[in-house]
Amino acid sequence: MSEKHTHDVVIVGSGLAGLRAAVETAGRLDVALISKVFPTRSHSGAAQGGIAAALGNEEPDSWEWHMFDTVKGGDYLTDQDAAEVLTRDAVRAVYELEHMGVPFNRNPNGTIAQRAFGGHTRNFGEAPVKRACYAADRTGRVILDTLYGQCVQRGIHVYPELSVVDLLVRDGVVCGVVALDWATGALHVFHAKAVMLATGGFGKVFKTTSNCFANTGDGAALVFRHGFPLQDMEFVQFHPTGIYGLGVLISEAARGEGGILRNRLGERFMERYAPTIKDLAARDVVSRAIMSEIRAGRGIDGRDFVYLDLTHLGKERLAERLSDISSFVRIYLGIDPAEAPIPVQPTCHYMMGGIPTDVDGRALDVQGRPIAGLYAAGECACVSVHGANRLGCNSLLDLVVFGRRAGRHMAAQVPSMDLTPLPSQAEAPVRERMEKIKERTTGVRPAVLRERMQQEMMERCGVYRTREGLDKALETVRGLQEECRRNVFLDYRGERYNTDLMEALELESLLTLAEVILVSAASRRESRGAHSREDYPDRDDQNFLHHSLVYRDGDKIGVAAKPVSITRFEPKPRVY
Amino acid sequence: MVKTVTFSVFRYDPEKDTRPYYKDYRVELRRPGMMVLDGLNQIRWEQDGTLAFRRSCREGVCGSDGLNINGVNMLACITHIEELKEPIVVQPLPSMPVIKDLVVDFTDFYAKYYLVKPYLITKTPPPSDRERLQSPEDRKKLDGLYECILCACCSTSCPSFWADPNYLGPAALLKAWRFIADTRDEGADERLEIINDRDGAWRCHTILNCVEACPKQLNPTEAIAELKKAIIHRKF
Repeated sequence: MSEKHTHDVVIVGSGLAGLRAAVETAGRLDVALISKVFPTRSHSGAAQGGIAAALGNEEPDSWEWHMFDTVKGGDYLTDQDAAEVLTRDAVRAVYELEHMGVPFNRNPNGTIAQRAFGGHTRNFGEAPVKRACYAADRTGRVILDTLYGQCVQRGIHVYPELSVVDLLVRDGVVCGVVALDWATGALHVFHAKAVMLATGGFGKVFKTTSNCFANTGDGAALVFRHGFPLQDMEFVQFHPTGIYGLGVLISEAARGEGGILRNRLGERFMERYAPTIKDLAARDVVSRAIMSEIRAGRGIDGRDFVYLDLTHLGKERLAERLSDISSFVRIYLGIDPAEAPIPVQPTCHYMMGGIPTDVDGRALDVQGRPIAGLYAAGECACVSVHGANRLGCNSLLDLVVFGRRAGRHMAAQVPSMDLTPLPSQAEAPVRERMEKIKERTTGVRPAVLRERMQQEMMERCGVYRTREGLDKALETVRGLQEECRRNVFLDYRGERYNTDLMEALELESLLTLAEVILVSAASRRESRGAHSREDYPDRDDQNFLHHSLVYRDGDKIGVAAKPVSITRFEPKPRVY
Repeated sequence: MVKTVTFSVFRYDPEKDTRPYYKDYRVELRRPGMMVLDGLNQIRWEQDGTLAFRRSCREGVCGSDGLNINGVNMLACITHIEELKEPIVVQPLPSMPVIKDLVVDFTDFYAKYYLVKPYLITKTPPPSDRERLQSPEDRKKLDGLYECILCACCSTSCPSFWADPNYLGPAALLKAWRFIADTRDEGADERLEIINDRDGAWRCHTILNCVEACPKQLNPTEAIAELKKAIIHRKF
């Protein structure tokens, strides 16, 4: 049995992109917000450092400098028309958040305080600029709480703790979703004129990650399974400073406030890799530098980590501006960052790739045409404003700017759209999938396959990649997919809050996306941004200055190229 | 030999169990610094997939895994196994209806949070092309208030919250004061109207369990005292 609901629009995911879209459509459309977790538990809340906007509150700044940094940060794979939309709208977006009640830190004159962040510079790369607006190191969390408050005020209909398990498509038109209610185990069919996916990233494909358990990319995987493309999936950001062994993030704000990376010899090694802005180079550059130091035997004690040194910042500054991460370090490592350096290593943090969209959040097919009824925004989408590598503080900005734009577009278009009839027996394929898993009484636990996938992806598709490693990983992942289809079994077959089933379904999403990442990575025979091929160490604009599209084509996987928008800044060598 | 510890975990599946029971599991300490959440994951992934609990960020930010551990409410992801006495008794947050095992129904808790209007209420329009100004001193008044993650450790540790089903509880009241204390907010009157009730601020009897329980070291009792003061001052 399943419950049926009809709404104008269904938004899937309640992080900043989904919430911002919901706020925009409130009062104009009948919106349902579906989320795997209660909205304030979404992973946007873990964003620490800030949101970028050229307010110029601390020193002169301009949206053009911000746009240049975004394009250069993305190693010229950023679509410049989209980056212009993002950076021009940034100032308005931050003022709007302040007006909604976000408790930003303040300057003595009462304006929003700003600090330096990796890759953000003044005057096209001259020196770091203070562009990150922040609320201590809880910026994502306070924006999440504020936007959810706005949804409460506007009476947005939220369905919490429902996972979307299928996308309903009829004759190429997206007309709803099927969702599983964890509390009861019931399937719900949502019928809508438009579906917006804001399901976030999928860092859980990798072993070491800053991502939460919920980041399994269910939305992106569904889009792919229905034959629509995913874009630039090879570009996976490894954040330089995850807590050693755990992957828990130490915000780039730590370096923005003056933190320094040091190797075994105590050297500030970033001086060699990025002479101008040193520790504040873009994340891919810093992560590669750390891996190079480790490979050269200059990791701490010759091991696979380096130190992030905050001892010179002083207790007071740490308490005022980096309080949560100071407490993480105390809790997880038993270290006081004012007294001792923090052991760090790169951790999988962000997916630059995802569902291709235009600047109004409309999802696009392989030919670049809008898919009727489907929108996407946030980390699950690829506009592409982040190109081959995202700058810190640009993701929160991306979420509120493009979340709003998708909401605005839906509010304008959806009233004149028709409700496409649902496919017959809409929930039947999902029910069959679930029954099959539940029928088995022996086999392999989902966690076992997940760990093998995460280990393999970390080892062979991490900061550095080779053809050989990617091929090997692809073989492994396809083997795991087969095993997942044939052999996964559950301990719990009941209906109520079946987290065993949840993890089995999430594993299917993760394995789908792992394969797409590997296929995409193997097809890009160059090094650009976060994608570093040891067998092709240089950027190759001649052959690869284009986006990659990967899509399902019958039983095969197709790869296609898509042009990059270049408007203001011609590609140049990327030096920091 | 890997050292092991015993977890004694509350189990209840209303679909089939007539009453709750406790089940013991041995958890291996495979690295220093393991948290209670790591132990629960180990149980679920390797020994018993029937165990249900919520978790997400695993770094004390999302507020999903508030549990009662050895009698005290805390977040499983930032509680060290090695600092706890054995057996480690893991129960759902007290006083909440159990959906299954350690998963409780937050509906009533969230409803109370909505009641205090958890959003900035303004009557004066903001400047059209810039931020509202706020001094660092005024912004500082929100420290210790805005960091609440809605984990419910405080409210479900409060005997008044247990005894009075209508009591708003420390989490909702702290949230109310977070907005009233904000110099940009103009909704104090409508919020205080709701809170000036026997089930509002006046139900707090300064038992201080909430202060002890808060994993973010916030002080809901103090916020409630401020609310009481504000109500009194408003009256005269």
